[in-house]
Formats: sequence, structure tokens, C-alpha cells
Amino acid sequence: MSLRIIVLAKQVPDTRNVGKDAMKADGTVNRAALPAIFNPEDLNALEQALRLKDANPGTTVTLLTMGPGRAAEIIREGLYRGADGGYLLTDRAFAGADTLATSYALSMAVRKIKEYDLILCGRQAIDGDTAQVGPQVAEKLGLNQITYAEEIVNVKNGRITVKRRLERGVETVEAPLPIVVTINGSAPECRPRNAKLIQKFKHAKTVTEKQEASADYLELFSTRPYLNLEEWSVADVNADVKQCGLSGSPTKVKRIENVIFQAKESKTLLPTDTEIDELMKELIANHTIG
Amino acid sequence: MANFYLDNPSLKHHLHHPLMKRIVELKERNYADKDNFDYAPVDFEDAMDSYDKILEIVGEICGDIIAPNAEGVDHEGATVANGRVTYAPGTQQNLEAVRKAGLMGIAMHRRYGGLNFPIVPYIMAADLVARADAGFENLWGLQDCAETLYEFGNEEQRKQYIPRVCNGETMSMDLTEPDAGSDLQSVMLKATYNEKEGCWYLNGVKRFITNGDADLHLVLARSEEGTKDARGLSMFIYDKRNGGVNVRRIENKMGIKGSPTCELVYRNAKAELCGDRKLGLIKYVMALMNGARLGIMAQAVGISEAACREGLAYARERKQFGKAIIEFPAIYEMLALMRAKTDASRSMLYETARFVDIYKALDDISKERKLTPEERTEMKHFGKLADAFTPMGKGITTEFANQNAYDAIQIHGGSGFMKDYACERLYRDARITNIYEGTTQLQVVAAIRHVTTGTYLSQIREYETMNYKPELEYLRKKLVEMTEAYEKLVTQITETKDNEYIDFHARRLVEAASHCVFGYLLLQDANINDNFRRSAEVYINYGQAEVTKICRFIEEFGIEDLGFYKA
Repeated sequence: MSLRIIVLAKQVPDTRNVGKDAMKADGTVNRAALPAIFNPEDLNALEQALRLKDANPGTTVTLLTMGPGRAAEIIREGLYRGADGGYLLTDRAFAGADTLATSYALSMAVRKIKEYDLILCGRQAIDGDTAQVGPQVAEKLGLNQITYAEEIVNVKNGRITVKRRLERGVETVEAPLPIVVTINGSAPECRPRNAKLIQKFKHAKTVTEKQEASADYLELFSTRPYLNLEEWSVADVNADVKQCGLSGSPTKVKRIENVIFQAKESKTLLPTDTEIDELMKELIANHTIG
Repeated sequence: MANFYLDNPSLKHHLHHPLMKRIVELKERNYADKDNFDYAPVDFEDAMDSYDKILEIVGEICGDIIAPNAEGVDHEGATVANGRVTYAPGTQQNLEAVRKAGLMGIAMHRRYGGLNFPIVPYIMAADLVARADAGFENLWGLQDCAETLYEFGNEEQRKQYIPRVCNGETMSMDLTEPDAGSDLQSVMLKATYNEKEGCWYLNGVKRFITNGDADLHLVLARSEEGTKDARGLSMFIYDKRNGGVNVRRIENKMGIKGSPTCELVYRNAKAELCGDRKLGLIKYVMALMNGARLGIMAQAVGISEAACREGLAYARERKQFGKAIIEFPAIYEMLALMRAKTDASRSMLYETARFVDIYKALDDISKERKLTPEERTEMKHFGKLADAFTPMGKGITTEFANQNAYDAIQIHGGSGFMKDYACERLYRDARITNIYEGTTQLQVVAAIRHVTTGTYLSQIREYETMNYKPELEYLRKKLVEMTEAYEKLVTQITETKDNEYIDFHARRLVEAASHCVFGYLLLQDANINDNFRRSAEVYINYGQAEVTKICRFIEEFGIEDLGFYKA
């Protein structure tokens, strides 16, 4: 069966290589100091979507991202890997959103997209590490949710079978569509960008980007409509401005401090490949390494 | 993680050579594809930007997937069971990544599913892949066979096979046999035409076939019964889907272990004739080999690059006698020379690639329309240069790769002898580059006529007349002196008119010419980009000393001395 899949993706600062100036004095992330990347677990989610597309002809994969204008790059990155299209939620009123305001905005955009069978997203983003947005989007849309997914085994007859990676093992669950599934970093890596797709979509731009002075190849847009990337504002998704951005965010950062890890716990492992493998998986999952 | 394209700025330098404008214009037929293919460039800048972006993908895959897999692939290698090859798990993962990224058949026309890449960016991708894993470069680089299939196959065959290569099927070129290595005219694999079925069948054995269990094979076979020489050989396409070829064993090699080298048994394997009968070796394999030699050059450059980096990293990190060993003259000299040889090799690689690009593009255009007289002259000029530079480049850069890998181990000391460091793999991998696709000795045989007919000299003189910055003038002067010495040597040796004597000194003459060529290429690089200054200085010092050594040897050598060397 063909599916309509929405992938929620976030552009994040690359916190894997953090320098001294990573945080601003007010406790927010200094995005200018860190390169902006596709949130790693959202890439895992995109891969799951693309695999479903490979297995189910006619399936469409649509990206949805919220962020500043430059987050349009996330949509292009998705197109380079095989997604069919995407929407950028961008508006000054969305700025400063915590997970509640973010999931509200995303859920309003999903309502605007209207037709979908499956919403996939990464378990969490490497900047906030809350793992709240996926579940909150599901709640706001009144949908079922499956978290910590490692593999989507199959989708048939309106039901999805998913393998979840839990602390003490793997659980396979089944649920009816439509549904929100959050994907773990232990799921397969996303495929590379494709040479043909990168050439096809590299000139794709949002309306705002087209207005930039450095914008070129604008003459292509009339004959290649797929180059137009859609931008949505608060009004476009019929959102209540009070529930968006800073005003819709109950979270306030009181204080930040440097935490120095100290070894307090110890753990004994047997010198077997399985134990080492488990340890590696654990360390990768909790971001100690990788 | 590392991106092998972005972490090596010299690649962009070579990609943006002024000659690229002409190359891309020819290759893209003035951007005619833009209305038919959504991924075709609309102008020169657009095309260059695409090469850049795609090489970035290649660099990422090399740094994140292929290089980390290289050690495992080297240990596990490919295996064979029931006549079929299974790649090492790392190789399978590599192949999956390059397929998904659409990096197969990239030099093919778009109408067959390719990216229509010129040779320069294609060979740059090979340079990157080889740095990550030289053995994998073989499997990936065999997509080159599609070029031969395109050039000599008919339209039906192109349409049938090339899209499959672009979709990720692998290829092999089945040339050598137990009794036909360098001497390919002794090939015995039998091709028999079945009148009733109207097709060919192959029977016999092939040996040392890289990726011998490929999906598509180009096979050199004897189609003319009773013949014994090159004129009885034709080229065939064998499609694995038809069956009939089994892998009897795979060789246990010293290096490039991830690339299976197979012994193949053909039992009534159905095949199609590619091109005309009797031209298999004379024309097609020669063309195939020239392309393949450029690929091996890229492999050599990639290995040299890896060796430089391994050596440098270790020399910075390893402390002895209270300091990092890089601070000792004996070590830093080695590193500087390794870098200079690597940079020189790379400059030679792209210079050759540009020559091949222009003449091949024009040759391809000549299939569509008549070339203008200017274009014909241009094609002849660059064709000749490609012919001259390919054997010189393949011969010398592969020797440099070996020297660099050797020095990388030397810098590591005892640790380099252990399996724990990558340099020992590089050393083993490098060792085949100056053997396959024609040994260095055979490259010299191909190159020597360009010494005697003056192709090299006139090109060197061409380089001499270019404009260089005043501060580089003294380096140019050194090169002028080297060239004069080379010219004298050539006269001195050729005027004996003694072929054996010329053959005896041939390698020295080709090397002397190559030091002038490599030196000038680096000088041109340094002229545009200061980062090459150091390598230019170091290489020209080295080349000058080498040329002096060669001169001295020949001066002291009497024709009668040959007797002492004879077996």
C-alpha cells in the first residue's frame, strides 16, 4: 500500500563538537558559534521513511521543519536523499519556542497538511535532548504513538509493526495507523545524498531565499516548479500566536552551570563480544560516544 | 568525521583549472541536456558547482564509511563458494553507499542514466576512494568498462547494459590467462559462433581477473580459429544473468584484499560480440587499458595521500629523546619529500586527465557531427599528449606510491611493521599499482617513443614559456637546466641508433623527462596557490639531483658495458 509519511526534522547546532562559546550568557544556545546540521536521529527517521517508500511504491515522504529561514536547508537535505517535498514553518512569532510551543506549531502544520498515514521523527534533538516533541505532537493530534523505535518491520492493512529498542531489550509492537513513531539513533544510518537529486534540487529555494541579493538561477523556477520550497507562517497554519514561540513556552531557563562528570558508579563486564557490544550500544545511545 | 574532499584543499585547486571551461563546454555540448534532464547543469558555473557538491558526497562516504571499513575488509577479504564470490561485509556496505549515492556510471551520458561527468571530477572521486581503501577503488573504478562498452558497442548494447552499470551493477574486464599476462596476444579463451542460435559461446579459463564475479564482463577471446596472434582476438560482453562462468578460486594476495582476484572457468558461456571481430586487442583493449591506467594513477595518488597523512600524524605524535620525532631532520626530510612526490603525482594525474577529457569529448562529438579543422587539430594535439602522459604518469606515480608507503612505515619504526597501523596495509596495497595494467617497465616501453619523438620535450618547452611570478623565477631556471640536461641525454643516446642501448637506458630517460614535467606542474600550482610552494621547492631539488644522477650514470656508461648486465 502507498503511504503518506510526514517526517518531522530539526536543524540543530552540532553539539558534538562544542567549544567554549557554545552557550550565551542568557542560557540559550549560541547558534552562530556552531555549525547547523540535520538532527542525527531525525536522519534515522528519514531513513525509515525512505525505506517504506522503497518498499511501498507510490509512497510520499514530506518533511516538516520549524526554524529560521536557513532551516530550509533541512528540506533540501531531505530532497537530496529522496524525500518528495517539505514545508518550512518560519515566523518570528515561532522563535524561542520550548517543546510545548514547538509541538503546538508542528501539530498545527500537520493539520494543515491534513492527509497522512504516518508521522516519523527522531527520538530527540541533540541540542535539547528532551525527547518530548514527538510524543507531544501525537497528543495534540490525538494520535497513537510508538517511541524508541529501531525498525519499522512493516506496514500492512492499516497497521504498523515496530521494533522498539528499550533499556533491557527489544519489544515488537503493532498499532493502527495513523500514528506518530519516534526513531532511535540505533536505527540504520540515513542513506547518503544522491548525486542526481543534489543536482536536481540544489537550486530549490523558499520565497524568502529567492529575495536574497545573492539568489541566482531564479529563471529556472518557472519551468521547474519543484524548486519552490513552501514557507508557512503562524497565520498560514491557523495557529494561535499566544501559544507559539516564547509566549507559548512555559519553560524558562533559570540558570546554567558546568557539570563535571565524576565516576561514582562502576560496572563489571564480562570480556565477551556480546557484553562489549551492549556497552558500545549503551554509550552511543546515551551520547557518551559517537 | 572526516570528509576526504573537504580536508584536502588541493583537490579544489585542481578541479578549478582554467582548462575546465573548455572541457565542460565540450562535455556538455553547450549545456544542451538542460531541457531534457532535471539534473543537467544550465551553465559552466552550475556544472562546476555540481561537481563540487558531488565530490563532497564522495568525500563524506570515503571518510565516514569506506575508510573505517578498510581494516576489516583487509582482514576478512572476499570469499568464494560454489563458484560465486561474496564480498567482505565492509565491501558490501561500501557498495551499498556508492550505489545509493548514485556514484556508479558517473561518466556515462545522461541518456543511459549517467551523470555525464568529465574525466577530471570522475578521477578525483577515484583519488578520494583510493585514499580511503585502494582495494575498493578497484571495484568502484571498474565502472570504467562502461566507457569501453559505450565507445565500441552498438546502440542496442549501450541501451541494454549501461543503465545497469549506472544503477550499480559491477563490471570486470577479463583479459589475462595463465599463459597470457603482459603478452595478451597469446589469449586462448575460445569464442565459437553458433550459426543456428546466432550467438557466441565462450570456453576456456581466465586468470587474475579483478572482480571476476561481476554482473557484466568485457571478455577478450579468440574468435578466429587457427590464429595465434592479436588479429584473431575479439571483445565480448558476458552477462552474468545468462550463466556459464564460474569462479574456480580467488587468489590469496599480498594487498588490495577486498578486491577479489578470480580464476574463471567459462563453460559454454553465452556472449555478445562487442564492436568488430578481430579488433578486440588491437583497438578496444588498448583503449580500455589507457583508461584503466589513469584509474591506477588515481589509485597511486590516493595511496600516497594516505601514506603522507599516516606518516605525518605519527611523526607529530611519537616522542623520542624528549621531542616529537618530526623535529628530527631525518624524519622531516622524509615527510617533505613524501608530500612533494604526492603533490607532484596529483598534479600529473589531473594534467593527464584534462588531456584525456578534451580529446575524448571531441572524439565523442565526432560521432554526432563533423569536427571543424580547428577541433580536429585540438583533438590530435590532446590525444597525443594523453598518449604520452598516461604511461609516464602511471609509471612514475605508482613508483612514488610505493616509495611513500615504504617511508610511512619507516617513520613508524617498529610499530609500522605491526598490523596495528594502517601504513602496513598501504604498503601492501601500493605494491600492485606498479604491476597491474602494465608494469612500470611496460609503461616505459610505451613512453619511450615520446622521448625519442620529442612529445615530452615540446610540452616541457611549452611549460617553460608560461608566465611565472618573479619569486619563482629561480625555480624555473633550475627546470630549464634540467631540461637542457635531459635534451642532451636524449641526443646522446638516440644518436647511437642502437635499439638495445636505447631500451637499456629507456627508464632513465623517461624518469628524467618526468622530473622536468612534474617540476613544471608543481611550479604552475605554486604560481596560483602558495600552498604548493613548499612541494615545488622540495620536488625540484629532488628532481634536479635525480637528473644529475642519471646524467652521470649515462656519461660514465659505455655501450660495451651492456655485456656485464646480460643474462
